[in-house]
Amino acid sequence: MTRPKHFTKILTLGILLIVLCAAASIVFGSRPSTMQEVLDGLFRPEADSYGAHVVRQRVSRTVFGFFCGAALGVSGALMQSVTRNPLADPGILGVNTGAALFVVSGIAFLNISTAGEYIGLALLGSSITAIVVFGISFLGRGSTPIKLVLAGAATGVALSSLVTAILLPRSYVMETFRFWQVGSVGAGDWQAVAIFLPFLLVGIGTAVAMAPALNALALGDEAAQGLGARTGLIRLVSAAAGVLLCGVTTALAGPIGFVGLLATHVVRLLLGPDIRYLIPMSALAGAVVLTVSDVCGRLIGRPGELEVGIITAFIGAPLLIALAKNMKVRSL
Amino acid sequence: MNQYSKTVTVIKKVRSMRKRRGYLAAGILAALVLALCCAMLMLGSTIYPVKDVIRALLGEQVQGASFAVGTIRLPRMLAGLLAGLAFGIGGAVFQTMLRNPLANPNVIGITAGSSAAAVFCIVILHAGRSVVTLAAIAAGLAAALFIYLLSFRGKSFSIGRMIIVGIAIQAVCHSVILYMMLIARVSDIPAALRWLEGSLNGVQMADLRLLSIAVLVLAPAAIFMSRHLAMLELGDQAAASLGVHIDRTRIVLIVSAVILVAVATSVTGPIAAVAFLSGPIAKRLVGGGMSAILPAGLVGASLVLTADLIGQFAFPVRYPVGIITGIIGAPYLIYLLIRLNRRGEL
Repeated sequence: MTRPKHFTKILTLGILLIVLCAAASIVFGSRPSTMQEVLDGLFRPEADSYGAHVVRQRVSRTVFGFFCGAALGVSGALMQSVTRNPLADPGILGVNTGAALFVVSGIAFLNISTAGEYIGLALLGSSITAIVVFGISFLGRGSTPIKLVLAGAATGVALSSLVTAILLPRSYVMETFRFWQVGSVGAGDWQAVAIFLPFLLVGIGTAVAMAPALNALALGDEAAQGLGARTGLIRLVSAAAGVLLCGVTTALAGPIGFVGLLATHVVRLLLGPDIRYLIPMSALAGAVVLTVSDVCGRLIGRPGELEVGIITAFIGAPLLIALAKNMKVRSL
Repeated sequence: MNQYSKTVTVIKKVRSMRKRRGYLAAGILAALVLALCCAMLMLGSTIYPVKDVIRALLGEQVQGASFAVGTIRLPRMLAGLLAGLAFGIGGAVFQTMLRNPLANPNVIGITAGSSAAAVFCIVILHAGRSVVTLAAIAAGLAAALFIYLLSFRGKSFSIGRMIIVGIAIQAVCHSVILYMMLIARVSDIPAALRWLEGSLNGVQMADLRLLSIAVLVLAPAAIFMSRHLAMLELGDQAAASLGVHIDRTRIVLIVSAVILVAVATSVTGPIAAVAFLSGPIAKRLVGGGMSAILPAGLVGASLVLTADLIGQFAFPVRYPVGIITGIIGAPYLIYLLIRLNRRGEL
């Protein structure tokens, strides 16, 4: 197993960044905290000041943000590997809109309210959408990046008109939904973290286990089969893990786009295409991207906050444009 | 020699047959649009007979009908008609020029630009109707220009790149809209929502001025240019060797299509799916004998008017027209994706 160049340096840098992000996320907010408040909140459980409570809440929010970012990063890496398409991302592929449609239907018709119900419906919605979008792009002769993106965007447009059709006559659902609809980690408490953890472990564990097989897949289907890989099974398991990760994130935090795209492209730029490294490092990068966006959103949006899903769209869209610019015309 | 002239006769015959079929289809479409317009004027909480409607339109005072038809139903009908024409023609021009039936102002962020600007004006600036309209038009044009400029790499223009850039721009506009819906006062939400799905409710005659000018000027321009469009479809080099000024044609067509779509969006909001449904349907109906731009406009108008009638009368809740077209459009969109992909044309 040859390590990519500078792997240790980059890993150290990544961990350093994570620590910095955590610190920034705990200290900065719509209301800046003093050192005393931070120390109280972190180390003196008996401290009962307002500031200490704020800090404690930020701690759980930060952990939740890390989880979301890691899940989205790995999910992006998996989807890009499965489709062999550098533009795949749960947001761009319309998978988030599928989850949204099911959650809205749940709020409107089934009166759902618990996190478990949200997760179940969001997972169902994102899996069905993923199957449809992947299915559409695999039906023809090979799938090009543009095909998959267009299939995703078109499916997204179709699904969002259904979402509006359900919402419009029900203003009470609109009230709940307009807050869920913008991806935010603001609601991340320890309970959400605890719900998230098992899904995250299963998803990332599967991804890491599949990485060598995905490397074989990256050589092309024939070559992979020649190496003895069962391409269909690899695709199925990896795509399932990817959908699981982004579905749970969408259920708990709402749709947050572009994190997967941003994380994987940064990692690939630094470390090259080896998926065994790409997956864990995308988790790290995703966590950094999401937390930085979250902190920025809190600082820019004072006295309120800008939701993280909005910030990631603003950072991610230029990246998508840059990627489109650098692609060869032939491959589009 | 005899063999040759025979072939020519056969070709001429087939051509004239295809042309006749095209004109027939266009004629039927026009009749359908006319019938729908009449239905829009007649139907409502009270149903007026044709005679009363005509008298009311001619300015005679008819008990009840004068107000209902002249003030409520006529602007609504005209808005649906004009917006349908604009969306249909604009969408068909996009599809033909980008050589991809999925590439339309809805998918590539132009209407999203208009909507974002309109929602901004309503929610943040609490602006009046005319400001909102102008902002929507300006933002639609700006979005289109931005997307066009960004899809160059050096001097080479790629349609694939344009689509991806458009999707990125749309994502940004969409998140802006979501944020503004989040911070909006509850009382502003209905007005803002209108910009997200498209509706003919509450349109007044004064709102239609700009739209009718745009349709009257730009629709004929687009139809006139559609001869060149057919050649552009063969590919840039082929078109150039047939004597088409590629850049000029492309700019004129794109600008007219964008203005049509942006102005229509500024009156009715983005009526989902009409822009991309009309082109393929029209093509299917008229066959290859004539340009499908004008028929696409007629199909657009009939779609909008039919959907509005369904939205008004078919359900216990009154749905705005955009929801109905969106729901009609969604399965068709998926079908289109699958079919295109099967043929490897996506």
